Parts: sequence; structure tokens; C-alpha cells
Amino acid sequence: MILQRTRPPLLETPFEVFDRSVFTPNDQFYVRWHWAVIPTSIEVAKFRLIVHGQVETPLSLSLEEIVGLPRVELAAVSQCSGNSRGYVLPRVAGAQWSNGAMGNAKWTGVRLKDILDRAGVKAGAVQVRFNGLDEPVVEGAPDFMKSLDIDHARDGEVMIAYAMNGQQLPLLNGFPLRLVVPGWYSTYWVKMLNDIEVLAQPDSNYWMKTAYTIPDTPYANVTPGQTGVKMVPINRMEPRSFITNIQNGASFAAGSPTLARGIAFGGDYGVAKVDFSADGGKSWQPAQLGQDEGKYSFRQWETYFTLAAKGNHSLMVRCTNSKGEAQPGNANWNPAGFMRNVIETTAVTAA
Amino acid sequence: MLTSILRLGLLLGVALLPLTVWAQAAPALKSVSVDLPAGVQMFPGGTAADPINNNCLACHSADMVLNQPALSKAAWEAVVKKMINVYKAPIAEADVPPIVAYLATTKGSAGE
Repeated sequence: MILQRTRPPLLETPFEVFDRSVFTPNDQFYVRWHWAVIPTSIEVAKFRLIVHGQVETPLSLSLEEIVGLPRVELAAVSQCSGNSRGYVLPRVAGAQWSNGAMGNAKWTGVRLKDILDRAGVKAGAVQVRFNGLDEPVVEGAPDFMKSLDIDHARDGEVMIAYAMNGQQLPLLNGFPLRLVVPGWYSTYWVKMLNDIEVLAQPDSNYWMKTAYTIPDTPYANVTPGQTGVKMVPINRMEPRSFITNIQNGASFAAGSPTLARGIAFGGDYGVAKVDFSADGGKSWQPAQLGQDEGKYSFRQWETYFTLAAKGNHSLMVRCTNSKGEAQPGNANWNPAGFMRNVIETTAVTAA
Repeated sequence: MLTSILRLGLLLGVALLPLTVWAQAAPALKSVSVDLPAGVQMFPGGTAADPINNNCLACHSADMVLNQPALSKAAWEAVVKKMINVYKAPIAEADVPPIVAYLATTKGSAGE
């Protein structure tokens, strides 16, 4: 893992991991915590998930009860809002992630809807707020909490996961329970989830109202220094794609076919197509897609290309999702360095 | 016949539902205990680093700060103010200018 910060932990997945499998191994899955007070011991028998607020019957559920509920499984990408921030120009403060603040796993758990139905959501509920066991070091600092609109929370896809890739969650990935919000940035995927509160008014806590907000513009893009822009909570992800088997500066024999392969994801829609360019985006060829693991998963792709002329070349890859949304040719910019999804370019040489 | 209908249903279920529903028992969860590293590395720079070492390391390790890009003094001032006003870092007012100065020197941008 790439150590971005020791305490609270920020660990990045080394990029070569994405070349090996469509699913990211648990012990190589990126980690991001906001506050340094993280329980280092969790006793299964004592843990409770409470559900309260605008509900008919407040709940206090043991892990045994939760695991006993109807079980669902879903492949989904978890990606940090600030993934790739290290490439944002002009540079911005924050974790200087390369492209490894993301991962793809098979999540196993229960539908959030089933838990909410069990509690009985009262009329007038507008949002559901999620809180985990982590706490700020200093009293009075804002506890990390995130909220979803009630209809989103009850869509049957948002889930409470107790396993990833067939194993219980590692502690740093949120043991014992983590919210999984398919297609949305992982700021909403609250780890060590132990508190669900149904709200009668929109959540105005710091982590919804101020932090993790984006300009309400296409690609969340603004000009550096631009003011007076409406800000909204970050939400759905956008398509991205990467070459995983060729690094910047690689050299190939001119005239011989070469394999390019990688991963793509469509954000909140599935991958419709992946196109590859060996001439800096002047012409594109469709890549062959690998097995479909579900619309929220990474999708592997591969294609062959030939560099006819000796010299420098730019390889590019572009994902289009099933909503018809494609990666842009120009990088976005916003003060927090969120939602980067520009078409990636790999500089190579033919000799 | 019944078996084949069930098979068909299963196939359709898997194909149509984004979530796959399992009937078998889930794995038992086991209690977990881990040791997390303390992250005790100090900010380098001798006495000039004393204010940042004394005030900032309670909440976070130094490594991510030292990995930040060069930022203007104004940008560093905004970061320190955010730590105080939003994240409630108990930093004495007298320590703010030397912390900002340390960051602007160590991680400052040319021409500011």
C-alpha cells in the first residue's frame, strides 16, 4: 500500500493491483479515515446497530440478527471523491492521491430498505443519516456523518455490507458493517456503521452542508478563483477508464501489435463501451469488454494496437456509460480536487 | 419439469436483479482486534517546527502535511484557520503565525 497518512490512516492501492484482477483484494483495498479515534477492537457479541429518529419502532440490532436477514450481494466500485487529486492543476490541498483511491469488491450484506422497513419509516421522513464508531480527537469537532435522501436510502440497492470479496470486512475497511451506496462516491459509504437516524428535515451537519460539496456545474468544473458558484453535496460518480498494463515511458517495437488492457467503470450506470486511441485521440477503436460483473463494477477491457512510426505516441482510453455519458477530453478543476475523470493519457515510444 | 422451471427462475433472477439474493447461511463474523501505528514522526526543522509539532500532531501525523504541494501563504493560513474553527484544534493564537510561517516556508510556493 502507498502510505499517504499514518494517522488517521490514508492508504492507497498501488496501481499495478488493478491489472491483476477485476476485484481488488481486501488487504490492498484503499483506506480513508477522517478522525483518529478509531476503535481497534470490535467484539461481535457486543456490537449493536441502532435505528432511530422518524421511525415507528426504534431498533437495536445485533450482528447475528443482521446476518440473519435476507442476504444480498453486489459488485461495486468504491472511489474517493478526491481520487487522482495529485494530478489536479493548479494543485490543491488535500490527500495527494494518485489513481489508487478506489477499489472494486463484491459486497455481501442486507438491504438498507429491509432494515428501514423493519423500523417503519414515519411519514415526513426526508433523509437518513449514517454514523460510524470513529470519533474526532477534540471535543466539539464535527463527528463524521453522511446522509441520503429517503427515496435513495429505500431504493433496494443501498446496502449494509458485512463482507467484501467473501470475507468479513477488515477493520480499516469498516468492520463490522459498512454502508454501500452503489454508483456514489465513497464518502457516503460510512464505515463501522452503528447508527442510522431517520430525519424529518435535510441534514445540515458539516460533512453534508460544507465538506464534500461540489460546484453545481458540468463536471463540477469551475475556473480557479471563480466565486458565487452554487455548491451541492457530491453525489453520483462519472465514468472513468485506465490502462493498467502499460506505464508512462514504455517503449515498443514499431510495427508490431501490442496488447493494451485495463479497467473501466461507468459511475452510476454500467459501461457501454471503452474506446482506445494510439494517436493521441485523433482516431479511436473499440476495445473488447471482459465479463460483466454488474453495472456498478469495474469492467476489464483489452485491445491490440500497432505504432507504425518510430517516435513518441500518446495512448488514450475513454469510457462511455450506458446513459451515453463519456469521459471529457479536458480535466475539470474545483477547489477540493473532486471528481477528476478526464480521459487518461499514457506517453509511450516506438523504437 | 419443476426443476427446470426453478432453474429458469434462478437464471432469470440472477440476470434481472442487480442484487443477488442468497438462501444459504452467511459466514459467522469473528471479533477483531488490531494495532494501528501511532505515526510519531515529528515535523523537521528544529525550533522553527516546535509550534507545529506541539499543536498539530495530537490529531494527525506529519506525513500527509509534508506531502502537500507548494501552496501560497494565504492558502496555508486558510488551512490552519479551518483546523481551528471547524475541526476545533486547540491552538493558541500566538502559535498561529509561526505555524503558518513554517508551512509557507516548508511547503510554500515561489513568488508569494
